[in-house]
Amino acid sequence: MAKMKNISIEELKERAVEMRKTAITMIHKAQSGHPGGSLSAADLMTALYFKEMNIDPSNPTWEDRDRFVLSKGHVCPIQYSALALLGYVPYETIYTLREYGSPFQGHPDMKKCPGIDISTGSLGQGLSCGVGMAIAGKRDKKDYRVFSLVGDGECQEGQIWEAAQTAVKYQLDNLVVFVDNNRLQIDGFCDEIMPVLDLEKKFEAFGFETKRIDGHSMEAIVETLDEIRELKNGKPKCIVLDTVKGKGVSYMEDIAEWHGIAPNDEEFNQAMEEIAGGLK
Amino acid sequence: MSIMEKTLTTKKATREAFGDEIVKLGKENKDIYVIDVDIAKSCKTSNFIKQLPEQHINVGIAEQNAAGLAAGLATTGKIPFVSTYAVFGSLRMAEQIRQEVCYPNLNVKIACSHGGLTPANDGGSHQAIEDMGVLRSFPNMTVIMGADYYSTRKLVEQAAKTYGPVYLRFTRDTIPIIYDENEEFTIGKAKQLKDGNDIAIIANGDTVHLALQAAKQLENEGISVKLLDMHTIKPLDRDAVVECINIGKIITVEDHTILNGLGSAVCEVVAEEGKGIVRRIGVQDQFGQSAPYEKLLELNGITVENIIATAKEIL
Repeated sequence: MAKMKNISIEELKERAVEMRKTAITMIHKAQSGHPGGSLSAADLMTALYFKEMNIDPSNPTWEDRDRFVLSKGHVCPIQYSALALLGYVPYETIYTLREYGSPFQGHPDMKKCPGIDISTGSLGQGLSCGVGMAIAGKRDKKDYRVFSLVGDGECQEGQIWEAAQTAVKYQLDNLVVFVDNNRLQIDGFCDEIMPVLDLEKKFEAFGFETKRIDGHSMEAIVETLDEIRELKNGKPKCIVLDTVKGKGVSYMEDIAEWHGIAPNDEEFNQAMEEIAGGLK
Repeated sequence: MSIMEKTLTTKKATREAFGDEIVKLGKENKDIYVIDVDIAKSCKTSNFIKQLPEQHINVGIAEQNAAGLAAGLATTGKIPFVSTYAVFGSLRMAEQIRQEVCYPNLNVKIACSHGGLTPANDGGSHQAIEDMGVLRSFPNMTVIMGADYYSTRKLVEQAAKTYGPVYLRFTRDTIPIIYDENEEFTIGKAKQLKDGNDIAIIANGDTVHLALQAAKQLENEGISVKLLDMHTIKPLDRDAVVECINIGKIITVEDHTILNGLGSAVCEVVAEEGKGIVRRIGVQDQFGQSAPYEKLLELNGITVENIIATAKEIL
């Protein structure tokens, strides 16, 4: 039986503000990192880490825990924010992002950071790892679930679809794939670089149970997680989240250039104000 | 009977050794998994599928996915063996192995048949001549190739019982059985088949029996040969190579490009020690083509005659 924490929508929204502020603070201090995708994934990540996932920060390798695979590994600042806020590592560790010896490497490293279930960073590969974890869960008759976040641009990689067909073949209803559908990749809009078309329909055609929601509506995210929690119909699930790259910081929103650059001091201060103000 | 006295008439393929050993290991340890990519029959995992279906996964024609899936399984304590052809296992999956297996140092084994020139009539596209070189450059990776059926079985067993990424290379054709069934092998420790003091021959895999025949003939001509089966390319048995350097003249023999495989690995040690000479016998930086295996070996000088001629040239 899946367990989730009792926390209100309002509290989750407050956590999402902390998550965004923490991620931007890390990237600003490091003067390096990926703010755009970290912000587009922030609301989902908040709901997963603070409510949905059955995890124990004091026991990161607990074998019955839910697993999380950040296939789009470059947005790790938002995952690191959750790990720091939940106490997997001391909060101060956020100031070491991308530094020598830090648990917070430029991309997630399971050997350096407690709470990272698999090292990622090369796009297209994480979902396969999630499929492996989910198969193990089924064969071992364990209740844990595996959540994986992929990017819409990342779905240009063929391996995503190799993994998807395997998930369907092995009836992995313990696997949930989230697509952070922010429509942008490094060089511009996905539709111009390489259209991925309707990812909800694509995953559905592969045999997934699918849904498409507003990825910045905490209500919609929580409602969807509630709906799919006990759905054991033999189908893996895919939730396409319509999101905005850079969500919450006006000058970053929908701007491809904010994929992988850090804000300067002035931009940082503005970002922190806008993120805090967004709660009102 | 010593290895030098054997007639080497009994033959068996090393891929059969994998197929037989993995069933035994899978029965002993329920965490051992095999991941196939639609070529189970030729990779000899059919018995595993029949006898241990709960420990088997077939992902179809999707090697990259197989590597990542294995990594995910390994995080839960499984010991997955990804079984495919060497050309795909080393190259199609190379980045997935680097990122998801070697970088996090997970307990995944890449077990590949059809190594070297042995997929002879399939042509150059299917001959894996770079595989060991590519995979030996990844940190944490161990690279192994047994010289016969029995040594391969022992090395597969050792790989399963040793934590970490391992690349195991098998071949298609039957090759002479060199070792006794109970001979012991240690990963990273060369097997000395013969001691000698005029020249050293270091071989691996299917070329060991060629080197053995060459050594016998050289001995008959009064030339004393030290012969090593270097089944582990990485970590290389540096001490064993240094002993060869003390002889001064070394020939390496491999069914692999002479770039970045056994020959290169030995040259690295020799250069670092600052003495000795090496002649590398192997695939001469060229692709193969459809032809009988023996013809392809001949085209690259991987023959008993060339080992003897090379020895005489540098003596």
